[in-house]
Amino acid sequence: MSTSLATFGARKLGAALVTLLLALTAAFALGHLSGDPVYNILGPLAEREQIDAMRADLGLDKPIAEQYVAYLGDTVRGELGDSLQYFRSNAELISSRLPQSLQLLAAAMLLAVLIGVPLGTLAAVKEGTWWDRAASTVALLGQSVPVFWLGLMLILIFAVQLRLLPSGQSGGLDHLILPAITLSLLPLAHIARLTRASMAEVLAEPYIDAARARGLSSRRIVGLHALRNAALPVLTVTALQTGVLLSGAVAVEYVYSWPGLGTLALEAVQFRDYTLAQAVVIVGAVAFVVLNLLVDLLYVVVDPRLR
Amino acid sequence: MGRDADTTVAPAAASRERIVGVTDLTVVHQRRGGGRGERFAAVAGVSLHLDAGEVVSVVGESGSGKTTLAMALTALGAHTSGTVELLGRDLARLSQKQIRALRPEVQVIFQDPHGSLDPRQSVKAGFKELRGLQPERTRWVDDAGLLAQVRLSPDLLDRYPHQLSGGQAQRVCIARALLMRPRVLVADEPTSGLDVSVQAEVLRLLLELRERTGVAILFISHDLSVVRRISDRVYVMRHGRVVEEGDTAAVLDDPQEPYTRQLIAAVPGRSLGLRPRNGLDELARGARSSGTEVAL
Repeated sequence: MSTSLATFGARKLGAALVTLLLALTAAFALGHLSGDPVYNILGPLAEREQIDAMRADLGLDKPIAEQYVAYLGDTVRGELGDSLQYFRSNAELISSRLPQSLQLLAAAMLLAVLIGVPLGTLAAVKEGTWWDRAASTVALLGQSVPVFWLGLMLILIFAVQLRLLPSGQSGGLDHLILPAITLSLLPLAHIARLTRASMAEVLAEPYIDAARARGLSSRRIVGLHALRNAALPVLTVTALQTGVLLSGAVAVEYVYSWPGLGTLALEAVQFRDYTLAQAVVIVGAVAFVVLNLLVDLLYVVVDPRLR
Repeated sequence: MGRDADTTVAPAAASRERIVGVTDLTVVHQRRGGGRGERFAAVAGVSLHLDAGEVVSVVGESGSGKTTLAMALTALGAHTSGTVELLGRDLARLSQKQIRALRPEVQVIFQDPHGSLDPRQSVKAGFKELRGLQPERTRWVDDAGLLAQVRLSPDLLDRYPHQLSGGQAQRVCIARALLMRPRVLVADEPTSGLDVSVQAEVLRLLLELRERTGVAILFISHDLSVVRRISDRVYVMRHGRVVEEGDTAAVLDDPQEPYTRQLIAAVPGRSLGLRPRNGLDELARGARSSGTEVAL
């Protein structure tokens, strides 16, 4: 059994490394496909010597294969290069913004799970009733409302009109509320829909009837037996959404002027700081792959059939 | 309708306390895929009873309403009209809480033993959950003793359902039911998913338990050869109605209804002539002597 577990772990690790390599390659390619970085940085009036000097400085005068190998080597060593715009190391810039992003992410995912799982469970337990329809409508809205619009509306209502909460910037807990709600909506909708589908499937399993026949309370049947068995897909989507939001909270961070990785990525793109953009993409990809790997390994803990 | 003189009668059968009484039971379902108002009676006007220590079978082909009947009389499914009395109490007059309080008395064994066990719950955890639910009632035996009752080794306590064979899983289900010291076991096709040799072992076990504990058994099956071997009385169902009923030997030896005759004719090898208990012993012995592995 332990051999199969080791094989499972090795296979997942191998898949994670391949995914990571592909993501790094895509980040490298994007940096080079979006026009000549040196020309982009220095502008159309730059002197030839200036361009050549910068190209040599960034290693862009070398053959592309050599650049690629050097890039991979640097990335593995954790060297993410220097920002062309801030004249600081990208790693330093990212680590200064990462805590803000993680704070927002944690708050948003907490909301998404704490509301999405009960909402989906309620819809599944009350399948076909107006509870179900109401929960499904909330989920559908969550998936279809654009976050930038929702963000602006929340600012308009709660910051401008009611003056209850700040409209942006990081700070105390009150600064976190509106951005976290806005960011949570999409994962909340995904989690609620998936929980509903997964729970509905599990609730139709014979062991649920069997548990009822044994005299267990509905609360225990739904809260323990059904939810535990419906949790795997929900766990997966939660991890995926976390990975997506880590580097993908651009719109929300921008609307709320939240100083996180999303705004850093946006600034990098706006100022054609391709090394910084690449570094943010790398960090996002690594986080995404690591989260997925953790979830795969967590499966083994949650599901005894995989042991 | 008289019984064969040498048919084994459970010791508890003498007291004849009414355990389950069903009168004119009807269960109406919405037809699957049908429009609003398209309804059909899965069970239509069924009356039956089960007394202490009896083994009573309900037979019929797939779709005859057997399982709907079982679900209704265990309060796992609603009924449309008629009355279901469990231990003298009318289910329709009981609250959910009162029904839950009654459940330990009425335990159900399902067709798919693996399906009726939570895949994330070990054998031991399953017992523990029930002990938590009914601490007093379940104190009579420890886990190892309980497994011994169904002839399983205590080594299986830490196993999860997927680590058990079909026969072992069904024995675990029976053990869980037994833990509650029920007055009645409703067994819905409990052996149909098992190998023939394991089937015999499980059936023998059910009969032994009846003799040892006096538990009444309502046995739902489409398999007439099994029904012949284990039950005292039989109800034959077709299209939601009981078409024939009586002592097992009488009904199966001298069926009055054409449908019952059809069912008997459909049994492969017509192995219905065996005496109830002897037949079962023979089946189990045959399985052992032929070297077939019987999961214990």
